[in-house]
Amino acid sequence: MKALAWHGKHDVRIDTVDDPEIVNPRDAIIKVTSTAICGSDLHLYDAYIPTLKAGDVLGHEFMGEVVEVGAKSTLKKGQRVVVPFTIACGECFHCGKHQYSACPNGLPADNQDIARELYGTEMSGLFGYSHMTGGYAGGQAEYVRVPFSDVGPIVIPDGVDDDKVLFLSDILPTGWQAAEYAQIEPGDTVAVWGCGPVGLFAVQSAFLMGAERVIAIDHFPHRLELAKRFGAETINFEETATYEALMEMTGGIGPDAVIDAVGLEAHGLFVDNVIDQIKASTFLGTDRPHSIRQAIIACRKGGRVSMPAVYGGFVDKFPLGAFMEKGLTLKTGQTHVQHYMPGLLNAIMEDKIDTEFLISHRMPLSEAPEGYRMFKDKQNEVTKIVLKPGMDRAAA
Amino acid sequence: MTDLANPQADDAPLIASKRKEAGADAAGQLPEAQGDALVGNAVTINRPVAEVYAYFRDFAKLPSFMENVERIDVLDDSRSHWVVKAPGGGTVEWDARITEEEPERLIAWTSEEGADVPNSGRISFRDAGARGTVVSAVILYDPPGGFIGRVVAKMFQREPAIQARRDLRRFKQLLETGEIATPAMNPKQFEEMGL
Repeated sequence: MKALAWHGKHDVRIDTVDDPEIVNPRDAIIKVTSTAICGSDLHLYDAYIPTLKAGDVLGHEFMGEVVEVGAKSTLKKGQRVVVPFTIACGECFHCGKHQYSACPNGLPADNQDIARELYGTEMSGLFGYSHMTGGYAGGQAEYVRVPFSDVGPIVIPDGVDDDKVLFLSDILPTGWQAAEYAQIEPGDTVAVWGCGPVGLFAVQSAFLMGAERVIAIDHFPHRLELAKRFGAETINFEETATYEALMEMTGGIGPDAVIDAVGLEAHGLFVDNVIDQIKASTFLGTDRPHSIRQAIIACRKGGRVSMPAVYGGFVDKFPLGAFMEKGLTLKTGQTHVQHYMPGLLNAIMEDKIDTEFLISHRMPLSEAPEGYRMFKDKQNEVTKIVLKPGMDRAAA
Repeated sequence: MTDLANPQADDAPLIASKRKEAGADAAGQLPEAQGDALVGNAVTINRPVAEVYAYFRDFAKLPSFMENVERIDVLDDSRSHWVVKAPGGGTVEWDARITEEEPERLIAWTSEEGADVPNSGRISFRDAGARGTVVSAVILYDPPGGFIGRVVAKMFQREPAIQARRDLRRFKQLLETGEIATPAMNPKQFEEMGL
């Protein structure tokens, strides 16, 4: 089959690799119909994430048709499913608490050592996201082997377009969980750093959860425009001093809850960012945490900090004093996708959440390397690229 | 208390001790102990203690999750013969004898005369209520010398604690999910990758 494989920094290619087969009884094989490039794939593209190997197949946002099932899969051939990006067993203590992304059983034992050293515990197994998360081949491919297919994938009713439901795999639940972690109360003002897909879904989710005002912060005009479409007020941090604006807009109090949807590759020419970038490029630090610093400084006393953003390693100058003195609460983590999928599928079917607005480009899988380049270089207009392996099949 | 502790210091398990004598202390607490290099690990398995114990007590099944163990022949109710992979394609072998057994609580063993790698240890099982069963392993071994030693040292001294941890993790996966997690793309690759 054809698949998008990583070969080095800014070097991804379409390789021909073996088709996947059933290995374990709970596996299913999915023929991919739609698969997206995620903002966090850019962290791989930029070689920020360790333990990637040349030839690794990327992609963790995908859906498709079930073409083969193991003896203990509950799926049926021909069903259309969206697959969560986290691989969770459904049987362990954490899955029992619906903390699916904390499941230790999706991660091969041999891949647990690195995270054990770095984080004190193993990570969750993920599709197409380095060997630290299991070394699983990802979804930017014609076919994918999906473990624990009796627990993860959600069956999509006939007649519902791929484009409407694809984002159930990651970014919609991630944006929703981000808003949930902000513990929004009626009348709250919520500030969201980053109007990428997660930030934009967090904006929609925050309103659905009762926020009175949502303030969206970015520097790409088109992305701010999309946030405005869902009722957010906007701050362009290239034109405006964010902290001063937030204080003014909230009557000197600060937002009740802040959401960092930017993460380890924050853009913008801030002094701390430039220092962080030098440190990251010389391996003195790994992450560029400008947005979380600013969010903590802006949040009101006693407020809530929600951090869906991905951080990989260590940060410098985390404002721990401000965090303590203001009595803030921080909630973060990989998304418990399986927990949110059924409710969010209903919300999509009832038109409470708009998903398709996000897709700016649809292209065949064979053009994925160009897709990565565009996504990296043109973040204003390229909000989401969806790859369609079927477009290649149709052309063939 | 089923974990080996150092009563003179604190309540922490001996395997976390920073003291050089920890191995000797552990040996003092195990029946017929052999070896003084100490490793250990604990894992919580979301299954009832009776089931966890029964699976483990059937020694012939242990290679299903122990990466380096090629084969275990059960000789009689208390003795078994272990064939363990060594780097370079060879194997090391020993006979193990149960020295202490309390069903659903603990199994202790020691290797018999002539073992390539003299070793002993204890696996304990503790009912953890709604969380299932806590399995703790304490293993003592003699870091080997000589020719076999050089081969075996690679295996045992590389990261014996990591090996024990990986084996217990696979044990957990097998009992909780019915399978062992792998990124393999097909059964042949799974076979080649090993556990």
